[in-house]
Amino acid sequence: MGARENILRRIRAAQGRAGAEPTEGEIAAVRADIARRVAGPLPPFARPADRLAQFLKECDRLSTTHGQVASERGVPAEVSRYLASQGLPPQVVGWPAYAGLDWASAGITYDARPATGSDHAGLTGCFCAIAETGTALLLSSPAEPKVTALLPETHVCIVREARLVDTMEDAFALMRAEVGEPPRATFFVSGPSRTADIEQTIVIGAHGPYRVHVIVVS
Amino acid sequence: MQVQSMHFKRRASEKLDDALLQSNMKKAKGKFVDGRAKAVAEFGPWEELRSHCAALRDRVIANLDAYLVEFERNATRRGAVVHWAETAEEACAIVADIATKNGVRTVTKSKSMVSEEIALNDRLEAAGIRVVETDLGEYILQLAHEPPSHIVAPAVHKSKEQVADLFQEAHDRPRNTDIPALTREAREALRDDFLNADMGISGANFIIAETGTTLTVTNEGNADMVTTVPRIHCVVTGVEKVIGTLEDFASLIRLLPRSAIGQTITNYLTLTTGTKMPGDVDGPEQMHIVLVDAGRTKLVGSDLEPMLRCIRCGACMNHCPVYQNVGGHAYGWVYPGPMGSVLTPAYVGLENAGDLPNAATFCGECAVACPVKIPLPDLMRKLREQQFDRRLRPWGERAAISMWSFAVTRPGLYAFLSRWGARVASWIGGREKLIHKLPGLDGWTKGRDMPAPAGRTFRDLYREGGR
Repeated sequence: MGARENILRRIRAAQGRAGAEPTEGEIAAVRADIARRVAGPLPPFARPADRLAQFLKECDRLSTTHGQVASERGVPAEVSRYLASQGLPPQVVGWPAYAGLDWASAGITYDARPATGSDHAGLTGCFCAIAETGTALLLSSPAEPKVTALLPETHVCIVREARLVDTMEDAFALMRAEVGEPPRATFFVSGPSRTADIEQTIVIGAHGPYRVHVIVVS
Repeated sequence: MQVQSMHFKRRASEKLDDALLQSNMKKAKGKFVDGRAKAVAEFGPWEELRSHCAALRDRVIANLDAYLVEFERNATRRGAVVHWAETAEEACAIVADIATKNGVRTVTKSKSMVSEEIALNDRLEAAGIRVVETDLGEYILQLAHEPPSHIVAPAVHKSKEQVADLFQEAHDRPRNTDIPALTREAREALRDDFLNADMGISGANFIIAETGTTLTVTNEGNADMVTTVPRIHCVVTGVEKVIGTLEDFASLIRLLPRSAIGQTITNYLTLTTGTKMPGDVDGPEQMHIVLVDAGRTKLVGSDLEPMLRCIRCGACMNHCPVYQNVGGHAYGWVYPGPMGSVLTPAYVGLENAGDLPNAATFCGECAVACPVKIPLPDLMRKLREQQFDRRLRPWGERAAISMWSFAVTRPGLYAFLSRWGARVASWIGGREKLIHKLPGLDGWTKGRDMPAPAGRTFRDLYREGGR
């Protein structure tokens, strides 16, 4: 406990407060400050007239491709179309929630398990999506592992249009209302993995996926 | 990391003469600056956002102890173990101890400047642990046995040919200089380690008091793997990284990638809160968070306190004419550019920082670019004053400044001296109106002529003008 005490004592001394531990009053003041959740200024495009259009515009900017289907039943056909367009095999590893869709008719083998390093395509849903930045927000849970979105070279993500929010602040509010505290991994995906570490030249596909394809279910 | 900052002048000269480095730096120049300018212009209320975020950082710093304790309480509640380290030594010992106790053989790391600061890799390697840097830039530098030269783009000083040479030697594959192919090669070389490492070490861009969360932002997705796949996750971060709420983070993340590289958001971003939950198929069983002081708390309540707001975006160095020309290694420690010229003396001592507070043209670009409004030139000026007061500058310079100060605080004497000085200088300048050599100040005229004054002082001309 030596280091902790010394660090806290040093901070307090510099701010003219005695002792090595914040008082109950000081902690209460910090909690009150946290509870106010002061939001910062937003850019005009954070409150768009057409939320979906804003979301798709940002997806384009970050090299996320997208397709749209009328209902979840249309997902397998869209996945099949997308994989074929990229010259990828019709095999998908995905979250169990989507195992009940008719994958066989679309010619796809669907494995409902967490992805490993050797899987080609991972399919996930998301908790919600953020229009301001073209982002899918995934919350980890036993049936919704993060690795499926991260390890395969292709990540296909299902976004329900009804779960589209304007901003990250709105996404956090939704999380607090429906889940409470953040789970172990609160994972924001905004396009495929990239790097510019060699000569500031952008290359898509660093360590994470080479492709992110969003399927919007209206 | 060993401090070499006292040799800034010599190192800067060497870097200016290094043709390869100069060509590599020229390639990078402009990309960061243009990208940021475009993103800022498009944003709208950028100044309001800067003020908001500077204020929220200040609010935490003013109650740093209470925010840290609140963070600790929430992180602990979620299953993380919070460690405190006063020095670099202590921080390294804590991490090495966690690794040794758990039989860790391989560590994957995502980029962390604090770990560079405390030289964590050396310490772990000395304990027989294999450390693999996974950020592409850091991986290149690990192969080259070099420190980073930029806090966001660590290998900005390397050309693709230099990377090709390093990869050819390390990967035992035919040499290629195609950038996408080099990137793929690194991906393939690192894959097994990503999947099989026993422990992942990351830094934290911020830690959130409200939820006990630590977080990493990357474009590569490497940090997201490092914090998810191994059975142990260890975060090494500075005590000043704490913020209040998720909302504070939402504001700061609008500033950070825009300021760093002109991107609206990074491609990947993970908030990690505690350990694997019941039933989870991924995530670490143990989570350790090492809160490192190593000089930071000395800044609290001091003239340099605004520096604690820093969010490590690199905008100040990207916009600095000195950095653009000499690169990061000239600065001689972990943090280059204007932020480094303030942090290095603050963390390792003014007596070890040599010319760093003078490594500036005072053009003010860094203060304009800084997303959290740190008055970097003012802070460097304060450090210069401290250097003078503590007699850390050379004798001649101190004598000259003392004489200057004597003259300038006596208006009559100053008018007399400047009138004569201007006349003499004008006479030396001759018809060309250029001074080729200034006696005693040949450093000034070594590389350029000094324009000669008009011969009469501004005060004389002003008086003659009758106003």
